[in-house]
Amino acid sequence: MARTLVDLAPGDESVVLRIEGSGAIRQRLLDMGITRGASVRCYRLAPLGDPIEISVKGSLLAIRKSVAKFVQIES
Amino acid sequence: MPPTESSPRHLRAAIAGNPNSGKTSLFNALTGSYHAVGNYPGVTVERREGYARGNGCIFRVVDLPGTYSLTAYSAEEEVARNFVIEQRPDVVVDVVDAANLERNLYLAVQIIEMEAPLVVALNMIDVARRRRLDIDVDKLSSLLGVPVVATQAHRGVGTRELLAACAQVAADPERHIPKQIRYGHHVDEQVGHLAGLISHDEGLRGRFRPRWLAVKLIEKDSAVADQVASLAADPGAIRAAADHAIHSIETHFGEHSESVIAEGRHGFAAGVVRECLRLPTVPLRTRTDRIDSVTCHRVGGPIILVCVVYGLFVSVFKVADEWSWLFGKSPTEWMEWAFERLAESCSSLQARAPLLHSLLTDGIIGGVGGVMAFVPLILVMFAFVAVLEDTGYVARVAFVMDRLLKVFGLQGKSILAMIVSGGLGGGGCAVPGVMATRTLREEKDRLVTMLVAPLMNCGAKMPVYLMLIAAFFPRIQARILFVVWLMSWIVALGAAWVLRKAVVRGEQTPFVMELPPYHVPTLRGVLMHTWERTWAYVRKAGTVILAVSVIMWFLMYFPRVDASPFEERIAVAQAELGGEELVAVIQAIRNDQATAQLRNSVAGRLGSGLVPVSQWAGFDWRTNISLIGGFAAKELVVGTFGVAYSMGNVDPDATDSLSNRLATDPQWSRVKAFALIMFVMVYAPCMATQVTIWRESGSVRWALFSTAYATLLGFALAVLVYQGGLALGLGQ
Repeated sequence: MARTLVDLAPGDESVVLRIEGSGAIRQRLLDMGITRGASVRCYRLAPLGDPIEISVKGSLLAIRKSVAKFVQIES
Repeated sequence: MPPTESSPRHLRAAIAGNPNSGKTSLFNALTGSYHAVGNYPGVTVERREGYARGNGCIFRVVDLPGTYSLTAYSAEEEVARNFVIEQRPDVVVDVVDAANLERNLYLAVQIIEMEAPLVVALNMIDVARRRRLDIDVDKLSSLLGVPVVATQAHRGVGTRELLAACAQVAADPERHIPKQIRYGHHVDEQVGHLAGLISHDEGLRGRFRPRWLAVKLIEKDSAVADQVASLAADPGAIRAAADHAIHSIETHFGEHSESVIAEGRHGFAAGVVRECLRLPTVPLRTRTDRIDSVTCHRVGGPIILVCVVYGLFVSVFKVADEWSWLFGKSPTEWMEWAFERLAESCSSLQARAPLLHSLLTDGIIGGVGGVMAFVPLILVMFAFVAVLEDTGYVARVAFVMDRLLKVFGLQGKSILAMIVSGGLGGGGCAVPGVMATRTLREEKDRLVTMLVAPLMNCGAKMPVYLMLIAAFFPRIQARILFVVWLMSWIVALGAAWVLRKAVVRGEQTPFVMELPPYHVPTLRGVLMHTWERTWAYVRKAGTVILAVSVIMWFLMYFPRVDASPFEERIAVAQAELGGEELVAVIQAIRNDQATAQLRNSVAGRLGSGLVPVSQWAGFDWRTNISLIGGFAAKELVVGTFGVAYSMGNVDPDATDSLSNRLATDPQWSRVKAFALIMFVMVYAPCMATQVTIWRESGSVRWALFSTAYATLLGFALAVLVYQGGLALGLGQ
């Protein structure tokens, strides 16, 4: 299994490799700046473990794990 | 032609930009205090319009919805995009957050691609400078090929220069067509080929910019593909060419074509930023991250959320209702007082024109006044929510609560709407609750939230509960109220879950939400937000609710009963009795007359006609009529009960006598009372809420649906309680 955004622990950084998922999900992620080569950093998890808070291109995003699993990252 | 004082040029401007880019502040700074607020046709996206003057021109400014992109996947983005393509404004202003340039330029690139006459407002330049981001404005302008003006919207800095640039671009649009975006050799070749084909198509030529259409087709944009299919002279050829281009790009890059295009745009934006910005070495977003580490903390986050929600609740319902020490009466009481005086001023009509008097006082003043009494409450609620929105905290609420509400097909922000609607028990109002769903951008989540928020216990349902509980559960009042509160959440979340599975189905909008940097909200921004939304509410009370109030009055007033038997009884009493006894007897006869009148009215006949069905839940004709009144406003239930039981119109604040009457009535029992409580909790949202759902969902169908499903659900629940109670032998 490829590593995805879900596997990041708070404080971890990585680089986006590839985005999977259906058209709507992919387009939404791309529009929010999650593209191949973008560096991402996980800041924290929500109190119940989902969604996760990450930073990409200078902004903070909250992403549900059900969406984050489509973002493959470098291991 | 140079503009002159006597004949200002009229120009149409549209403001685009990311959410949280200060777009609304800029709109306010440009247009001053007068705005027209409405919705875009057919969708629930808020549309704001105003006028700006500058450079000898009058600009009609439309505030487009805040978006990150211009795809067909969300209503906001489609609205913004279609406005630019179809309305062809003379100039588009893209508001760009200078402190977050790269991400914001992604949208600018898409507007450039549409070949719209564009001016970039480099907003929040002060914040960027504080973070030591040094942006070369001239270089940015030349790299994008459009004028760039630095602004500080919340202080009104740069608006004059911005309007001057707009006037210039609008005066000579052909000279200000921005540069083409390059996606690299391979993609550009495919785009060029497809664009060539489009520019020769009779149906598409002149309607769309060929290059933009080509890029959109390669991006697999479904709305654009549909338009091409219906408008193109030869849709087959264009479809085939687009498929060929997509295939060629995907095999070349080993990647989805839309990813390639998005990467191209981000790459262009990143390149621009690299050239015109010297990045500082200090780490980004220090302050926001520090605050987040508290507000989104595993333990601290939920605790702070509870405090904020409690604060919202206290300020809305306690401040607006109980600030009597300051004004002598609470603001709500002042409103009620004003409408009572208004009703009194009509009293001279009572003898001369009883019909007109009843229409004015019971129908119009009663109906509209009941709704207007909420205005102080709603004003405070909107102010509080505006502060929460403008600081950026609403996004954190969503972050903290999302997982819990996701189980029921809702999302984090739904919690705000449900609490405003009365989710804490003891008060609330579904009208501002439904309006609070505006903070939800995901359409399906928003709709479901809107449909279940009215199931919370609003302030108007409380008198009914209190009256029944005092009558039948005098020793365990608090416990019953707690059960009722618990039931409201169970029913609402359960209903959300079912609605999500059965009615509002389909794929969930992928939940990716920006957590914007924290801002200190400006007073002007908060007041503007508050005023606009409150005014929308007031306007509605004056129109739709007025009309429905008159209809409800009609249903309860006609047909009239013959008054002569009652007059005869009064005459007999007057002959036999005197003093206080006479007054009491006349009052009793008048109450009997009111009961007979109510029973004979259209609403009364309806109530009697429904008995064969309603008896399953234990409701007799008196209960039915009261509940019919509750369709208009839940405040009417107790009052109508009073009339139905010949007690005159009972004040919802003083229900003791009605409670005693019911408690001693052999027809009534605890089971019946609890079944009625459950029904009142769930059944049809009041008229004001229905109208709000209509407005906010953009469709009268959803308002009717919410009425129908809630009434059926409420009835099913009441039947379950009543029949279950009887079966368990609790009926006596």
